[in-house]
Amino acid sequence: MTPITVRVDGATCADDVEPRTLLVHYLREQLGKVGTVVGCDTSNCGACTVHLDGEAVKSCTVLAVQADGSEVTTIEGVASGAELHPVQKAFHEMHGLQCGYCTPGMIMASIDLLQDNPDPSDDEVREGIEGNLCRCTGYQNIVRAVRCAAAEMRGVSNGHVSPDHVSPAVVDTAAAPHVAAQQ
Amino acid sequence: MIPAPFAYARPTTVEEALQAIADGGEDVKVLAGGQSLIPVMRLRLAAPETVVDLGKVEGLRGVRDDGDAIVIGAMTTHSDVMADPLIAEHAPLIAEATGTVADRQVRHRGTFGGALVHADPAGDLPAVALALDAEFVIVGPGGRRTVPASEFFVDYLTTAVGEGDLLVEVRVPKLSGEWSMRYEKFNRVAQAWSIVAVAAAVRRENGRIAEARIGLTNMGPTPLRARQVEEALAGAEATAEAVAAACERAAEGTEPSSDLNAQADYRQHLAKVLTRRAVSTAAGL
Ligand SMILES: Cc1cc2nc3c(=O)[nH]c(=O)nc-3n(C[C@H](O)[C@H](O)[C@H](O)COP(=O)(O)OP(=O)(O)OC[C@H]3O[C@@H](n4cnc5c(N)ncnc54)[C@H](O)[C@@H]3O)c2cc1C
Ligand code: FES
Ligand code: FES
Repeated sequence: MTPITVRVDGATCADDVEPRTLLVHYLREQLGKVGTVVGCDTSNCGACTVHLDGEAVKSCTVLAVQADGSEVTTIEGVASGAELHPVQKAFHEMHGLQCGYCTPGMIMASIDLLQDNPDPSDDEVREGIEGNLCRCTGYQNIVRAVRCAAAEMRGVSNGHVSPDHVSPAVVDTAAAPHVAAQQ
Repeated sequence: MIPAPFAYARPTTVEEALQAIADGGEDVKVLAGGQSLIPVMRLRLAAPETVVDLGKVEGLRGVRDDGDAIVIGAMTTHSDVMADPLIAEHAPLIAEATGTVADRQVRHRGTFGGALVHADPAGDLPAVALALDAEFVIVGPGGRRTVPASEFFVDYLTTAVGEGDLLVEVRVPKLSGEWSMRYEKFNRVAQAWSIVAVAAAVRRENGRIAEARIGLTNMGPTPLRARQVEEALAGAEATAEAVAAACERAAEGTEPSSDLNAQADYRQHLAKVLTRRAVSTAAGL
């Protein structure tokens, strides 16, 4: 066992862990932070994404001992009280999820992207979240959600209108081109 | 899956790290960013007795100017490489290729040194280091030595870094004259690993290509230099036709593998196309 001290979502945690414990398992099983999920065995899916000292990482590919002395933020720590983070809110409003399994990781990767690039284009969003896989949405509304959140965080809209003025109702249709074509 | 149990050492100096490796038993693995090692440990393809974590070792991170070379610490992360002003000025090829590696999350953890020691044939940085004639500074029980890139990549996943050794830094010589560079990569969208990629650095002089250096990714068990193309380009006119003719030779002497992503002959085709694109772009054509 190796002693570690980590700040997780603002609380200091001092624990003994087996060196082989992955950060994601420490978060879920020792701290009960089950908002962060595991989606693969190959470091590909990004579902487990958290921030380590402010940078997005795949918590299934970090040992808990490597996080010693660091600050971890999970999806459970991004809202302020009852107020959702703008990216959480945008995923909700823009229908950026279906089953929701990829969502915690998508949101953590997106927040990280927006720290570096506050006004990404569609392509830049797609590249920015290339380490996160979604089996449901086809990504279309995820991209819209991230751009919508970006606009809100830059203060150019109230979050109900995306940068391209796509309302949530239009979004669903736009994500299904065969429907759009019939209109 | 969870890795098999191992003993864990967290040295803070290079000397302590070498000692921990020496004391670690039969099967010791050095842990840098963990972005290759942890996945193979999770799949239990590796089950080391001891893991020596370099994360807290002083002095292995960052890039410095050393006169005729820039020196990149082995533990410098991919994202720090991409943002580094010295690399941008003297070896933009490294930043460009690093930007194609994996994804943001992996680039925040994965290191320059780790990617080079791991020496995956599909990894992007070995061919770049080879094209730029980088030198590898290795410390081990026998002291400190410097190995040129041409001798560093020994075989599939095998480098001059032996058991008990550490890669501490990589020296990239500053190029003199007017060079431009380009990394051209072909990969599946869902997997950043290169099917084939080409690193090119080109020096132009008076409308001609004075000198070219070309590294090939995934065209054999180790990265390769496309020497025939380099020779054909030396002194050639900087025209699309001359470049295309020279780049037809890009696959000569290569032994690419056939796998799920591509057959060997397809890789050889890609090598020619990507070399032409990389050289043309670098030459401003
Ligand atoms: C999903 C995913 C996608 C990826 N895509 C790409 C890609 O497109 N292109 C690409 O090039 N790479 C890719 N990678 C690999 C990535 O670049 C890794 O960062 C890199 O291969 C290893 O660096 P690391 O610092 O994580 O090393 P580690 O995983 O910590 O170590 C790798 C190996 O090198 C040894 N080692 C590391 N540092 C030293 C040192 N200083 N001295 C001695 N030995 C050392 C270790 O013992 C181990 O055997 C990908 C990885 C993942 C998980
Ligand atoms: S669970 Fe971490 S990348 Fe899939
Ligand atoms: S919403 Fe189901 S995996 Fe993305």
